Order: sequence, then structure tokens, then C-alpha cells
Amino acid sequence: MKRRSLMMGAATAAILAAGITAAQAQDTIRLGAAAPKTGPLAGGADVTHWPAVRLWVHLTNEAGGLQLADGPALIELIEYDDQTNPQQAIQAAQRMATQDRVDFMVAPYSTGLNLAAAPIFSQLGYPQITGTNVTNQQPELSAQFPGMFFVLGRTGVMAEDTAQVLVDLRESGEIGSRVALVNVADAFGIEMAGISRAVLEENGFEIVYQTSYPLGTQDIAPIIDGARAAEPDAFIAWSYPGDTFALTDQAIVQNFTPSVFFTAVATAFPSYYGRFGEQAEGVMGMGGVNPDDPAFQAFAEAHTELSGQGPDFWASASTYATLEILGQAIEATGSKDRAVVMEYLQDNSNTYETVLGPVQFNEMNDNERYWTVGQWQDGVFRGVAARGRDGVSDVILKDGWD
Amino acid sequence: MSMRDLRNLFLAALALGLVALLPLYDTGYILSIATTMAMFTVLATSWALFSGPTHYISLATAAFFGLGTFVTGLGFQTLPMWVLPIIAAGLGAVLAALVGLVTLRLSGVYFVIFTLGLAELVRQVVTWVQNRTGQRGMYVLTSITERDIYWQLIGMAALVFLVGWLIARSRLGFALRIIGNDETVAKHSGIDTAAAKVLLFMISGAVAAVVGAMMAPRYIYIEPSTAFAPILSFQVVIMALLGGTGRLWGPLAGVIPFTLLWEFISRNAPNQTLLLLGIAFLVIVYVLPGGFVGLYERLRHRFGSGGH
Amino acid sequence: MFFILITGLLLGGTYALIAMGLNLQYGVARIMNLANGEMLVAGGFAAFWVYTAGQVSPIAALLVVAPLAFVVNWLIYRIMLRPLVKRAKSRGALEVDSILATFGLSFALVGIMTWAFGGGYFNYSYLSGRLDIFGSSYAQNRVVAFSIASLIAAALWLWLSYTRAGLRMRAVAVSPESARLVGIDVPAVSALAFGLGGAVTASGGALISMFFTLDASVGVLFTMKALIIVIMGGVGDIRGTIVAALILGVAETFVARVIDPGLTLAAAYVLFLGILLFRPQGLFGKKPT
Repeated sequence: MKRRSLMMGAATAAILAAGITAAQAQDTIRLGAAAPKTGPLAGGADVTHWPAVRLWVHLTNEAGGLQLADGPALIELIEYDDQTNPQQAIQAAQRMATQDRVDFMVAPYSTGLNLAAAPIFSQLGYPQITGTNVTNQQPELSAQFPGMFFVLGRTGVMAEDTAQVLVDLRESGEIGSRVALVNVADAFGIEMAGISRAVLEENGFEIVYQTSYPLGTQDIAPIIDGARAAEPDAFIAWSYPGDTFALTDQAIVQNFTPSVFFTAVATAFPSYYGRFGEQAEGVMGMGGVNPDDPAFQAFAEAHTELSGQGPDFWASASTYATLEILGQAIEATGSKDRAVVMEYLQDNSNTYETVLGPVQFNEMNDNERYWTVGQWQDGVFRGVAARGRDGVSDVILKDGWD
Repeated sequence: MSMRDLRNLFLAALALGLVALLPLYDTGYILSIATTMAMFTVLATSWALFSGPTHYISLATAAFFGLGTFVTGLGFQTLPMWVLPIIAAGLGAVLAALVGLVTLRLSGVYFVIFTLGLAELVRQVVTWVQNRTGQRGMYVLTSITERDIYWQLIGMAALVFLVGWLIARSRLGFALRIIGNDETVAKHSGIDTAAAKVLLFMISGAVAAVVGAMMAPRYIYIEPSTAFAPILSFQVVIMALLGGTGRLWGPLAGVIPFTLLWEFISRNAPNQTLLLLGIAFLVIVYVLPGGFVGLYERLRHRFGSGGH
Repeated sequence: MFFILITGLLLGGTYALIAMGLNLQYGVARIMNLANGEMLVAGGFAAFWVYTAGQVSPIAALLVVAPLAFVVNWLIYRIMLRPLVKRAKSRGALEVDSILATFGLSFALVGIMTWAFGGGYFNYSYLSGRLDIFGSSYAQNRVVAFSIASLIAAALWLWLSYTRAGLRMRAVAVSPESARLVGIDVPAVSALAFGLGGAVTASGGALISMFFTLDASVGVLFTMKALIIVIMGGVGDIRGTIVAALILGVAETFVARVIDPGLTLAAAYVLFLGILLFRPQGLFGKKPT
């Protein structure tokens, strides 16, 4: 029933085989993880969160664990289902900290659950290195929760960069100024649409169609019809997985062919390409990676091997990076004392080598270097806009669906 | 007021006082479970105040609760904290009155589905207004700790129990007992059944809104999909019915075992949490018809004890 | 205008698939089945599985999905729900018990599906090309789903109207007590209706999976939609459900295209709440006596 026993078994066996005698008592680091296994966000967590967490534990233990001052320590992973319910996320964090007495905790999945659990992490002194928390409130949040770190990036920057891609394309004369802008009507969609609208209008774009639709909508034909009637050069949708698929599907059916077609969450999922194949060519979305980076290639390969599915080309890597950062802080201090590790993390001069490339936190615990916009090119979701990252690919125009 | 009443009041006050001391003992795991319990106690007890005597099953708890969280989310920076639950109570009561006036002529399952639809409608409208005004996700960052929330909820629980106790002793309570037994008889004996029902619905709506307003600082991030999550309405119904609605303490007798069971399953079966919860529901429905109150009444009946 | 009408009717067909099964289960067997959506998702899972494993068309998969779902639902009724019906003293008590029991069942089903298939999203591409009608394009799979929904609806209606078994079912829908008096085996008919309802729902799920992205936890959305349509149309009358589904589909599409997509669900609930207020028994329901 519990995954940890299995994983521990495999890891222990590997180490015994490597010739370390059993007499050397193994230290362990208990790592707690609570995230959705059921509920509305389970689908996303199943792609992005759980495989990345399990992969890191697996690879770390396979390599002999983390090096503490008095020898190596294996990771023992303790998993809980928070049922996508803030109430349960709070209780699970409390349970892991005070009942299971875990040494460290993986940050929860999604903005809402991360914030609900934040006071528990903070009170009990657990570092909360978040990989799926998109927010624009880093100053306020890091002031209130000094142990909260942000790897994924800022909503504002992502929306700005998306708009900037259009600005650049227009400047090079490739598209006109007509934009259709739609969003899923929840906090995420509203915020993203608001920022991108402001940036676009500032740059003289004309919003020819703007609307929102309720969370969970998959009957999207009227929206695509409305957008198509407005004849935009670019279509931008701040969408969630179900509607991302439905929007693309309907755009294909109605042969809606703007030069820029952008959908947000789940565009970077391997299953997006699996579903649409070559028709996905040229579709843009949030995130992106540098697929030519050997670190990412190795990560993708190990991910596919362990979980049977490839990583998504956005937050999988940042979730994995949160644990790499934690692991490196633990090894650098040689200690599993949370206060010591926390102090190391809060020291802004430290840099961490991750699958995302080097990561450093600023005074607001914020990672300033990340991918913002990606695009499907030849079956790979390449980053086409980034802050402080190498290997940015050129944008191509979407040339119809057929 | 008889000696018996005085004794009961005294015992209840003593129990509440003891419960309120809990944060002195533990501010971690136990307190977080206790806060959940306190929340559901208030919600389920106030729900049963309305649904117990009228037999109407309301699934609108999430609508009132969500309304309350939004009151705090929108107002906590500009208004003093103590005003927010009062505003929430007012709005909750108004919404409940509107709903009550138009729907209480619906019977049985129509009322159930109506209230479920209402919660969704309120959520959709709130979301749409948010979208129109370009309003972002709300961050309720305050210095309020779990301990403060727990005490607020205990205070609210005391109030709800007191109200319930007073209603039972009042003319209204008498009227409600008759309505519960036979509404036609009640109408013929000159009781304004509609007014009585609407009044009770307003009380339960106001209480749920206040609880939402109090809980907002615990969630920190307020968005419609979690604030109005329909699961809350179902949880409240299940807990209240598990306890039994025939007595004031009934819902409490459901909330405590249910919260513990939920926690026990979440803890011990992280990969099968929902499956086991579902099976636990089923077992409860089959083994405990009428809830714990029903069990208590049956036992009392069998052994012939009790204070009459 | 044609676009709105046709898109709306296609959506209405989808809604009919979601709700027809629940109408049988609630109208005849008197079980307010909150696990309806999970049964739908299970049907979708089955279709997804046979399609990805063996390239079997989801329409052909109906031949397996429908009988299997019938047996499963029939057993659920006989084993799980029949004792509740027996012990219920009134219709109200049965409603409370069945809401609680099927709510538990829905949790258990989500748990089983998560355990068996994982929590991730699933979808696949089948008949996703376009079909042109009056100068606008529609998804082929939606048109096919609509056609099959029409077939199922017609078959159900004819069966209920013109066969003895259908007559017995309608008799139980109107009044189980009187049906018993004229010698109808009410438990057997109820079990049949519940099984049949489950089969229709699971078939709907198999068809819907052609164009919806599903996951193990998404069923509750479909349950809510189905409840609304069934109550709106009138309990125990299959025509009511179909008419309500089509009205809702067209109204939502109209609002989405002409007013604001952000208000589609709000409009649906306003329509539903309005009908409930002025005609509590639903569009086709009989006034309760």
C-alpha cells in the first residue's frame, strides 16, 4: 500500500550491492509530500507533480542518498492525498510535520494549495520551495512567509512576455494588430488576461474579441466561432487542461487559422502532442524548455523510464528543480537540521544547479530566470521566450492546421 | 426555567469552556483537526436547526460559506476584522430570505436540487463579476492564527447552541415541532408555517456566511472554485445526518467521529483515501439509520432509562 | 443563426446522453443517483481503453460497454440499494438514504478509477475531422454522438410506449404502490430500470469521450448537469429529459455566442431555477397529487 517501503527496499538493495556493509547504520531523511491524487487538480498533479517528486527520490536514492556531514542518508518518501481541498492540505501538512515527524516537506501542488499550507510550513520552520505556484505577490508573500521560495516565475512576467512575442512579430511585419483574447474565469485566467490586455493595448494592439468562460467548460464551439468572426491575427487563451484541448479541437474543426495560436496550461503536456500530432506544430503555450540542454534530456529520459510518461515541458522540470535545490542545500550544510538548511536557502548568494539551469533566489525568494513562452516545433515544445535562460528558439508563425 | 434546564446550561457552558482551553495544550496537529471539527460543528448544527424540523435538505451551505469568505477577502484591508462577520451574517440572512421566500413551497427533492443549483449560480455570478471588474485572486494575508480562528468558531458554536436551545423553548420551536409532524395541522391551527421556515433558513444561512468569513484567513488564497466548492455542502449534510437531526447535540455526535474517521483514512490509506471514505459512508448509511441520535433513542427505548 | 441552432442541438444531444439514464434511475427506481457522473466517466474510460489498446471504435465498444454497465448497475441496485428501498418508511426517507448511499458510491467509484487507471487526463482522437452543414463546420464526432443519442432516445421512447415491459415501467414510475396492486413485480422492474439507466449513462460516457477530456475525478460535473436536466424536464418522462436537454443546449450556445460565454452556466441555472419555481414538477412532469 505504501510506496515508500518499496522504494526504500530497492534503494537499500542497490547500496548493499555497491559493497557498503550493513553494519554502517543508514541515516534516513524523511520527506513528506501531500498533493492531489483525487479532486479537480488530480489530472494536472498526475502529469506534473507526482512523477517529478518520485523521480527525484528514486534517482537520489539510487545514487546513494544525500551526503550529510556524518555519512549518506537515504530519502524516505511519505505521500498523502490532499483531495484538492485546502482544508485537507492544511491538515496533511500538520500531520506530516507533527505526527510523521518528517525532516522536510515537498511544497504542495498549485497556487491555492500552496498558500493554504503556507502558515504551517512557516510556523514549523519548513522550507517551502514551490514549483507550481504562479503568483505576482512575491513581495507580500515572502515578507509574511520568509521560508517560501518561488521557482516557477511570476504571472505578470509570463503574461507580459506572451504579449511581447506578439509585439516582436508585428515589428518584424509578420502579423497585424488584431488580437482575440479569451480566458477561463478563475483567478488565474482573470489575472493573466488582465495583464496581457494591458500590455497589448499599451503597444497599440486592437483587442477585437475578448471573453471568458466558466471553469470546466469544454463546449467551446461558440467561442471559437466568435473569435473567428473577429478575424484576429493572434488568438490568446488563458486556459486549463480540459479547455486547452477543446479550444484546439474546435479551432481545427472550424478551420480557425490565426498566425499565432496560444493556449496556456497543458499545451506543454506530452499528451497535447500525442492528441494533435503534427497539427500541434506552431501552437504556443506557457513555459517551454531548452530541449537541446543535456540536463533536460537526461531528466526527460529518466522521467519516461520511471513513470512511463514524458515530463511536461514546463512545470515538471520546475517541480523537480525544487527538490534539487532542497537536496543541494542539505548537502551543502551537511545537515538535516531545518533551521540550518533554511538559513542556507535564505542566503541569496547561493546558486543551485538544476534541470532548469542555475537557479538563484533574490531578496524576495524569487527565481528570476525561467522560461515564459514555448512553442511546438518538430514535436518538441521549445522555449521561445525566457528571462535569463540560454537556448531561446525563434518563433515561427502558425501555418494553418492541415 | 427548571433546575434541569439550569443544570444542562451549566454543563454545556463547562464543556465549552474546557474545549476552548485546547490551544493551551496543543497548537499543532490536534488544533488543526479541532478547528476543522469546530467549523463543521457550527455548520452542521445550524443546518440541522433548519432541516431537522422542516425535513428540507439544503445543499446551499457552500453558497453562504463562499459568500462569507468573499466578504472577508474584499473587506479585510479596509474594514476592521470584527465588522466582517457581521456583514457576512447580514448578507447571508438576506440571501437566505430571498431564497426561502421563493422556494419553500417546493417540496422534497426539488428543494434539494434548487439549493444545489443556487450555490453554483452564486459561484458563476461572483466569478463573472470578478472577471468583469478585472479583479484578481484575493490574498487574505493577516496576522490571524489558527488559534484565533478556533476560538472564534468555538464562540460561534456557543451562540448556535444557545439559539437552538432558545428556539426549542420558544413559541417558534413549538410551531416547528407541529410543522415537522404534520404541516397541514400546523397551518390549520393558525401557525404561519412559511414565516417560521424562512426565519430558520435565514439563521442557518447567516451562520454559514459567518463561518466563511472567519475561515478566509485560514485559506489565505480566495478563489471561487474553492470557496464555493460543493463538497462542503455534502459534507455538512452527511455529518448532520450521521449524528441525527432530532436533537440539538445530534450533529455534534456526527461531526466528531466523522472528522476523526476522515483523518484516519487520509493518514493510513494515502492512495485509497476516497475509496475507503466512500465505503465508510455506505457502511454508515446501512448500519446507522437515523444517525447516532436514532441509535441513542433505540437504546433508550430498549433499556427504558432516560429522564422523563 | 444556423450555427447557433446546430451547435446548440449538438450540445443538447450530449446533454441528453448525460441525463437520460438518470431519468430512468430516478423516475422509475426512485434512486437519486449521485454516482451517475462516475458511471459516465467509467464508460468513457472503457471506450478510451479499447480504442488505445486495440484501435476499436468507441461506437463498436458500445456493444460491450452497454451490457457490462447494465449488469453492474443491476447488481448495484439488487445488492446495495434494494435494502434501502425496503427499509424506507416514506419516499422522503428513501431520498435521504439514496442521496447518502450514492454519494458514498461516487467516492468509492472515483477511488476505484484512480486506483485502476491513475488520476491523469485522458482523451484520444477519433472522428475529429470536420463536417460542413450550411456553410459552417462541426466536429464529426459530435454529429455522430448526436445521431446515436437520437437513436437511443427513440428506442427508449418506443420501448416505453409500445411494449408490455415498457408499460410496466411507466406504471411503476407513476405509482409503485398501485403498480404492486395490479400485480407488477416492482423490485424487478426497478432493478431493470436502474440497470438500463446505468447502461444508457455508460454508453453516453463512451460517446462523449470522443470529444471530452476526462479524468477520474470529473464525474461530479456531469452529475450536476444531469440532475438539473432531469428535474427540469420532469421526473419519470423520457420526453421531458430530451426536450430539457435540447433547450439547455441551445440556450447555452445562444448565451455563449450572443451575450457572453462567461454567463453560460449562470444562464443555465437561471433557466433551471425559473422553471422549477413556476413549474416545480418540470416541463413534462405530472402535478403531484
